[in-house]
Amino acid sequence: MLVVAPLVAIFIYLVYKGASSLNLAFFTHNPVPVGESGGGMANAIVGSAILLGVGSLIGIPMGIAGGIYLAEFGRGTKLANAIRFTADVLNGVPSIVMGIAVYSLVVVPQGHFSAFSGGVALGIMMIPTVCRTTEEMLLMVPNAVREAALALGVPNWHSVLSITVRTASAGIITGCMLAFARVAGETAPLIFTAFGNVDWSAKLSEPIAALPLQIYVYAISPYDEWHRLAWAGALVLIVLIMLAVSLVRYVTSRGVMKGAN
Amino acid sequence: MGVGIEVSNLNAWYGANHTLQDINLNIPANHATALIGPSGCGKSTFVRCLNRMHETNPIARVTGSVLIGGLDIYANAKPVEIRRRVGMVFQRPNPFPTMSIYDNVAAGLKLNGFTNRHALDEIVERSLKHAALWDEVKDDLKKQSGASLSGGQQQRLCIARALAVDPEVLLMDEPASALDPVSTSKIEDLIFQLKSEYTIVIVTHNMQQAARVAEKTGFFLNGRMIEFDSTQKIFTNPTDKRTEDYITGRFG
Repeated sequence: MLVVAPLVAIFIYLVYKGASSLNLAFFTHNPVPVGESGGGMANAIVGSAILLGVGSLIGIPMGIAGGIYLAEFGRGTKLANAIRFTADVLNGVPSIVMGIAVYSLVVVPQGHFSAFSGGVALGIMMIPTVCRTTEEMLLMVPNAVREAALALGVPNWHSVLSITVRTASAGIITGCMLAFARVAGETAPLIFTAFGNVDWSAKLSEPIAALPLQIYVYAISPYDEWHRLAWAGALVLIVLIMLAVSLVRYVTSRGVMKGAN
Repeated sequence: MGVGIEVSNLNAWYGANHTLQDINLNIPANHATALIGPSGCGKSTFVRCLNRMHETNPIARVTGSVLIGGLDIYANAKPVEIRRRVGMVFQRPNPFPTMSIYDNVAAGLKLNGFTNRHALDEIVERSLKHAALWDEVKDDLKKQSGASLSGGQQQRLCIARALAVDPEVLLMDEPASALDPVSTSKIEDLIFQLKSEYTIVIVTHNMQQAARVAEKTGFFLNGRMIEFDSTQKIFTNPTDKRTEDYITGRFG
């Protein structure tokens, strides 16, 4: 009860504050200037999806590859210890710093803000969580399972990829979902990278809107209409994250056998 | 068909620990050979040297030669090739937990690139029949996880998995020590049937089990092989005093 209470409380409060401003236009229209009524966050919803897609494409493969190296190939090596240390430090880097770093590494050389740079920032933030959970989950696979595969004459790398990783897949997916949900709500790293956009854009090379950014801009504005939209945006963000996580869980759980543990 | 195994001057180490010292023995083809001895005597290490599993531990080392069907497995072969010819069943049943019963049996072939589905179905059925598990699982081969079976069934599943890659030798490292008496007797019946087709080497703590299933028995003590002879001779009239002491329960 104590564990779910904060989530339930936040959710109820968001519904109370935001649900009244939700209508079809919220999902189909772009923001409108102050003074005009109506308008929505269609561009920000699509923008967030694009940013998270790019981020996941970068963060999940790199994180999983790193985790596999740490748990299966690099055990006890200096390189593995260095990677593990780096991942832990990266995990502790404030997200605004991540935004500035990506700003100077991607945005400045490119010469403009872009959806791509925002995705890079989110992707880098996902790596440590994915990497360390993958490692932990692989270490929980009993050695007997590895030995069984090796004793069948399966080469080590093949056994790692198709037996050990498969055995740990449920936990690895949970780690990816955690990382995904965490960066989905990030605002700070996007300020200097994706920048935000009041108009429609789905191009990776242009500034793009994102739900957290839009919520931030609306919430600090002096207008009541925008405050209501910010609440609605927050509600939509949390519901979309829940939907995405549930969908992935549902799809991946269908492949699991009866009685598997 | 099974092939014979000739071991000469085999030594093995775990780090600085010299766990096997100058082992020489000939294991006959298509028979069951039992290895007995107290815990830590090196018998498990010995069977792990016969399929090059010993060296999967980074601190392990082996010298000497092992000829399986005339092939020197340490000089002229890759570990993965050897392990396909020499199957292994472990002390604790270790099915792949996220795979169905079918996939568990097919795993060795599938992972080595075998893709003919029709042939795979036949091999899975034959291996499960061979391991005396077919009748109990045939109805939910692909629905049920290997981990959902009972311990004895899991061990027979592991035997089926080892048989599916068509090995010539089957190594069994205390295959029944984690099982109840009924499951144990099923495994023993199985060894009895399988030994006409495979060369079986079985490590066991249970001397009655060695006497029931094996034609030949080797006695290991402190990393050395003390005596190797027909099971009959080992249990009724051993040559070495230490073997006699162990058999009669004076230690171990």
